[in-house]
Amino acid sequence: MGRPLKFNIFRYNPMDPGSVPHMEVFHLEETDAMTLFVALNRLREEQDPTLMFDFVCRAGICGSCAMMINGKPDLACHTKTRDLPQEITLMPMPVFKLIGDLSVDTGSWFRGMNEKVQSWIHTQKVFDPKAQEEPMTNERAEEIYELERCIECGCCVAACGKANMRPEFMGATAFNRVARFMLDPRDERSDAEYYEVVGTDDGIFGCLGLLGCEDVCPKKIPLQDQLGILRRKMGFSSIQHLFGKVFARK
Amino acid sequence: MDTFYTDLLCVGAGLAGERAAIAAASQGYETICLSLVPPRRSHSSAAQGGMQASLGNCIMGAGDNPDVHFTDTVKGSDWGCDQEVARLFAETAPIAVREAAFWGVPWNRVVAGKGTYFKGGKQYEKVELKEKEHLITARDFGGTAKWRTCYTSDGTGHTLLFAMDNEVVKLGVTVHDRVEAIAIIHDGETCMGVVARCLKTGKLRVYLAKATIIATGGYGRIYQETTNAVINDGSGAAIALNTGVVPIGNPEAVQFHPTGIVPTNILVTEGCRGDGGTLKDVNGERFMDKYEPAKQELASRDVVSRWMMHHIRLGKGVPSPYGPHLWLDIRHLGEKHIKTKLRDVEEICNEFLGVDPITQMIPVRPAQHYSMGGVRTNKDGAAYGLKGLFAAGEAACWDMHGFNRLGGNSLAETIVAGKIVGEKIAEFLQGYEVNFRTDVVQDCVKKEQERIDNIIKGKDGKENAYALRNEMQAIMFEKVGIFRNGSDLKAAVEGLQKVYDRANHVGLRSGGVGANPELAFALKLKGMVRLALCVAYGAYKREESRGAHAREDFPERNDRDWLKRTLATWKEGDDLPTLNYEIPSKVWELPPGDRGYGSAPIIPSEDPAVIGGKKPENK
Repeated sequence: MGRPLKFNIFRYNPMDPGSVPHMEVFHLEETDAMTLFVALNRLREEQDPTLMFDFVCRAGICGSCAMMINGKPDLACHTKTRDLPQEITLMPMPVFKLIGDLSVDTGSWFRGMNEKVQSWIHTQKVFDPKAQEEPMTNERAEEIYELERCIECGCCVAACGKANMRPEFMGATAFNRVARFMLDPRDERSDAEYYEVVGTDDGIFGCLGLLGCEDVCPKKIPLQDQLGILRRKMGFSSIQHLFGKVFARK
Repeated sequence: MDTFYTDLLCVGAGLAGERAAIAAASQGYETICLSLVPPRRSHSSAAQGGMQASLGNCIMGAGDNPDVHFTDTVKGSDWGCDQEVARLFAETAPIAVREAAFWGVPWNRVVAGKGTYFKGGKQYEKVELKEKEHLITARDFGGTAKWRTCYTSDGTGHTLLFAMDNEVVKLGVTVHDRVEAIAIIHDGETCMGVVARCLKTGKLRVYLAKATIIATGGYGRIYQETTNAVINDGSGAAIALNTGVVPIGNPEAVQFHPTGIVPTNILVTEGCRGDGGTLKDVNGERFMDKYEPAKQELASRDVVSRWMMHHIRLGKGVPSPYGPHLWLDIRHLGEKHIKTKLRDVEEICNEFLGVDPITQMIPVRPAQHYSMGGVRTNKDGAAYGLKGLFAAGEAACWDMHGFNRLGGNSLAETIVAGKIVGEKIAEFLQGYEVNFRTDVVQDCVKKEQERIDNIIKGKDGKENAYALRNEMQAIMFEKVGIFRNGSDLKAAVEGLQKVYDRANHVGLRSGGVGANPELAFALKLKGMVRLALCVAYGAYKREESRGAHAREDFPERNDRDWLKRTLATWKEGDDLPTLNYEIPSKVWELPPGDRGYGSAPIIPSEDPAVIGGKKPENK
C-alpha cells in the first residue's frame, strides 16, 4: 500500500463566469515511481475531468509542465512524489497569464522575450547552399550548447523577485539567451548593439542579484555566471556609451 | 466568429511545419502557423541523437556521399520507399544541415588527431584529419555504412527547433499557439483551410488559406507503450482522413524503437548504441552479436527490436514489476563521454529511473516510436485527393522511409521536406487564387459546432472518452505490435470496430466550458480510433513481412505480390477504411535485394520494371 497523498490544487477557470479562484483538495494513493505527471493525469481521468494542466514530452525536455510545487517552481514531469511530503500543494506559476488551474501562457511570454532580445543570428552574410560550413572549434560549439539547453520552462522567471514585481523585467532566461549569442562567432552584433537590447533597468541593470533563477533551473544552466559576465560587459559598454555621448557633445 | 485569411496555413509548428513556413514567408507569402503548444515545445524538441547528412567530415564517415546515404535509406525501408524521394532527400540533407548551422545550430565539430571509440564493448583507435578539423562531425547510427549522424550532444532536436523558431521570430511569422485544427474545410476537390478550436478559450475559429500544410507529427499515442509525447495523437492525419478523399499511406508501417526505458517508455537515443553501448540480457551477456554478427547492436531498428523481443520470449529478459526487460550498457563509454555527448540520457536515467548510467545499466524494452505512414503526398508534398493541401514530416507519407525508418533520418526529413515542400508551396501559390465558398465554410463550422454541442450535452450517449482510449491502446499494444499474425490482427480489427462504434456515443462528464481538456480529447477520439483501424486493417491485409511489419504467418518479404503501398481512405458511414494500393516507386535505381542484416526469406519480384531485367538473389 502506498502513502495516501493529499493534493491542494489551485482551481480557477477564467472562461467560466461561475468560477472563483480557490484551492481544492484531492486524494490519491501513491504508486511505485509515481511522478506528478502520473498523479495529475489520474486525477483528471478518474476524479475531475475539468482539471487543467500542461504536459507534452513528459521527459524533462520540452519545458511545458513547470508549476509551483510546494512553493517552488519546477517541472512536474520529473518530480517524483516520493521526494515530496504527503501533502502536496500545486499552484500555477506567477508572472505568466493564467489559462486555467495550473496552466499558464508561457508561449506568448517567450515569443515576446525572443522578439525583445532578437533571439537569432544577426549576420550580413547570405546562406550559400554550395559552400562548406564555416569552421568552429568543438569547444566553442559545446560552450554554446551549454547555454542553448534552456527549455523556456519559465521556472527562473517565476522564481525571480524582480520579475514578480515588474512585468517588463526580462529575466534570467533572456540574459542567458543574449549570452548565448555573444558567444557565437556567427552573430555579428557588437557589444554596443547588445547594449541596446539589454542595457536597461528592465534588462541586466534591473537584476537584484537574488539568484532564485539559478536555484530553480531544472536544466542546471549556470545562470549566475551569465548574469555576472553580462553585467560586467554591459557595464563597460555603458561607460563607453556615456563617454561616447560626452565626446559627441564636444 | 474569428476568421483569419492567409496564403499558407501550417497546421503544426514543429520542425517540418516551421521550415515550410520559413520557405513561404521568406518569399513574401503571408503565413500563419497553428500549434497545439508553444512551437518550441513540439515533439521535434525530443529528438536526441542527431540527423543524417552525408558530409563525410569525420574519419569514420570518410568517402560518404548522397549515393551511400540513398542506398542505406532504401535498404532500411526494405524497398518500401519511393526511390525518387529518397534520392531527393539524400541530395538535400547536407544543404539542410549546413543551413541549420548558418541559423545557429551548435553542431559538434571534428577534433583533429587521435581519439578512441567503442564498438561492441571493445575500444578502438581513430585519427581525425587535420584538414577536416572544426567542420561538422558525425556519430554512428544503425543501418548505415558510414558515420553520418550530425549532432549537438544528445539535444539535437532541441537545438534545431530553437534555431528554426528563431528564424520564424526573425521573419515575423504569425504563430497561434494552443490552437487545434479540428476539421479541414473543403468541397471534395479543393482545400480552403480549417476550422480550429482555441485551447485557451474553447472558442471556434475559421482559418481560410490558399494552401494548407499538415505537419502535426505522428500518431504514437494510439499505442499504450510509446516514446511519443502526449500530443502525438495524429490529429492532423485524422482530419485529413476525415475528408474521405485524402488517403493515409502505409498506416501499418509502425516503428518500435529498441530502447524505451522501463517503465515510462521515455526514449534513450540510438546514439547510446551508436557510440558503442551494448544490449545485455538477464545473465549480463550480449546477444545482438550472435543474432546479427555483421551489424550487431547497430542493425536497423526493426531488426534490433525483433531480436530483443525474441530474446525476451526465450526467457532471457530481466524480470521486473513492469514485465521483463533487457539492459542497455553504456558504462564503458566513461563519465566524460556520457556527460558531454549523452547529457539528456544521463539526466533522464537519473531523474526518471534513479539509475546512474555511468555506473549502472539502463532497463530498456522496445516501444512504439514512429509512424512511417501518414498523409500520402507526391514528391512535392502535395496531398493526394485535395488541391491546396500539403503534408510534411512524420505526419506525411512522402515516402522516404517505406517500412522502416533509419535513426537520424526523421530529424533530417523534417528540415529537408520542410524546405522542399515549402518551396513547392511557394511555387504553387504564385498566381493561384481560390474561391472561399461561404456555403462550404458555414456548413463545416455548423457541423463542428453541432458535434461539440452534442458531446457536451451527451446527446448521443455517455461513453467515457478516456476509457475508450485505454481500450484502443491496449488492443494496439497487444495485437498490432512488433510480431503480428492473422488471428490477432483480425481480433484487433473487430475489437477496434466495437470501440469505434462506442466512440460515436461519447459524452462529457464535465461541463465543457472554456479550455476544457476533456472536450479537446473527446473531439479527437474518433479520429484516433479511425487511424488505429487503418493500422490494424492495413496490417491484417498485408500478407508478408517487410521492415517493421513482421507477420509470423507470412515470414517472407513478398516482392512478387506485395511490393506496393497501402492507401487507406475513410468513407463516411463505414466502420472500416477502404484500402487501395499503388506501386511504391516509379524508379528503381536500387532494385530489391538483401538488406545485409535481419536476414529473411524473399519472394522475388518478376516485374522487369522493378528488377531491371535481373532477378535478385533469393536467400
